[in-house]
Amino acid sequence: MIEQLTSLLSDYTFQLVALGTGFLGLLSGVIGTYATLRKESLLGDALSHAALPGIAIGFLFIGRKEWIVLMIGAAVSGLFATFLIQWMSRKNVVKFDSALSLILSSFFGLGLVLLTYIQDQPNANQAGLDNFIYGQASSMLLSDVRMISIIGIVLLVLVGVFWKEFKVFTFDPVFAQTAGFSSSILQFLLSTMMVLVIILGLESVGVILMSALVIGPSVAARQWTDRLSGVMGLAGVFGFFSGVIGTILSSLGKQIPTGPTIVLVMSVFVVFSLFFAPNRGLIRKYISQKKQQQMYKKQMEGKKEGKEYAG
Amino acid sequence: MNQTAIHIEQLTVAYQAVPVLWQVGLNIQKGKRTAIIGPNGAGKSTLIKSILGLMTPLTGEVDFSVKDGEWSEYKSIKKSVAYVPQKSSVDWDFPTIVLDVVVMGRYGHLGWFKRPGKKDMALAEEMLVKVGMHSFKDRQISQLSGGQRQRVFLARALVQQAEIYLLDEPLAGVDMKSEKVIMELLEELSSAGKTVIVVHHDLQTVKEYFDEVVFLNREVVAAGSVATTFTEDIIEETYRKDHSVAERVDQL
Repeated sequence: MIEQLTSLLSDYTFQLVALGTGFLGLLSGVIGTYATLRKESLLGDALSHAALPGIAIGFLFIGRKEWIVLMIGAAVSGLFATFLIQWMSRKNVVKFDSALSLILSSFFGLGLVLLTYIQDQPNANQAGLDNFIYGQASSMLLSDVRMISIIGIVLLVLVGVFWKEFKVFTFDPVFAQTAGFSSSILQFLLSTMMVLVIILGLESVGVILMSALVIGPSVAARQWTDRLSGVMGLAGVFGFFSGVIGTILSSLGKQIPTGPTIVLVMSVFVVFSLFFAPNRGLIRKYISQKKQQQMYKKQMEGKKEGKEYAG
Repeated sequence: MNQTAIHIEQLTVAYQAVPVLWQVGLNIQKGKRTAIIGPNGAGKSTLIKSILGLMTPLTGEVDFSVKDGEWSEYKSIKKSVAYVPQKSSVDWDFPTIVLDVVVMGRYGHLGWFKRPGKKDMALAEEMLVKVGMHSFKDRQISQLSGGQRQRVFLARALVQQAEIYLLDEPLAGVDMKSEKVIMELLEELSSAGKTVIVVHHDLQTVKEYFDEVVFLNREVVAAGSVATTFTEDIIEETYRKDHSVAERVDQL
């Protein structure tokens, strides 16, 4: 086991993949912080699930796995789905949650049907297309890691440049508008960044679980700090280690897809944070609640006794 | 000396097909505290949002006079208008501290990309002292009571150093101490020549707190100085009268 691990860690391909998923996790954590604070986690879920038919259609168009074409397909169908959800709930056709699950599952269903159809075709190029469902980081190439790094650095720079604007818009969008910051520009920027991160993760984490990687790290990070910069930084760290450790676990086993292992590692971070965080953790909350109750109880008993003596 | 700060003409606003404000015409006096009074759903918040350009009216316009004798649209005097939204409009569990929220009031003056500097920080601290919240400046905002949240929002408006202040129900769910602090500051602002407009829900305190009053129920029922306009008859008319605008439209 140890031997296996050391040989794995010194393997160039593995290092490359782990670096890729780690950086991906970092980005998901940072950008996902805006999504959870804006309460748009569910839209991220819809976006990633709904990307699947776009990937399939992209493949059908050119007949081979050209990364950029598949990703454009994913972005278009994901964005179209989120647009449909928002339109349906705004026009009161159906409620938001119903619209969300309807669109999410029907797009995903369409994606599965198309993928099955493609796999029945006598086209050898389709091999590995089903990796997009559960994610397979080992298919990552140097060019993929380079792509993740370039887009990632651009996104991080954007976060830095628009720090003040994104912050006020996330906290109080109406106030941001009255302060002269166009909400349509900021909304567009944030959505685009979110779409980019999700798309980057589709191949290694998969459409089903990618949204968890976007939401989870910031939920865990929120437990430990009360500052936006702190939440974002810690979410990046949690995301990074989820990616790296998840990739290690998936490579140790045989044929375990990376998506599930990454998300499982992340869930450990989340569960640990929810229970053990110093101020907001459930255990701490439980203890202080009990203490409070004990104190009231004592006070009440004290009063009762006092009354009895008086009577 | 009566000067107009905001001139509203023939303002009609609708949510989808339902008109909420119907041909509202108003002159808001400069340097006065004006209360906007009316029942629930009378369009008070909508009026504030329309003044701020957050809603596009069907018809009508709003003009501002910040300098003497010059009329401008909202866009060109944006920085001279401060807005205090209802405190329920944001998530108070947002990971930030009191001082940060107040500094946000400077963002409008800073514009895109420029970061708040020492001056902005100093101003934010000064205003926190004014609203009696300076000792809370490093607190996480979720730890504040309703009244304290409102005072933080007021401090955020104060650092904008605006000419016109619009407040949406600043006294709703607020403790006595906070109410006193807020109203004293608004009085201070108006004596310094600033214009203060407040959506207000408590009829008991109108006479004590305000100079001018606007009775609104989809349309303007009455507007004028508190001394002459705040009468039993007008209050009753505002709250009783069926101001369903949809019916009025049918009659046209």
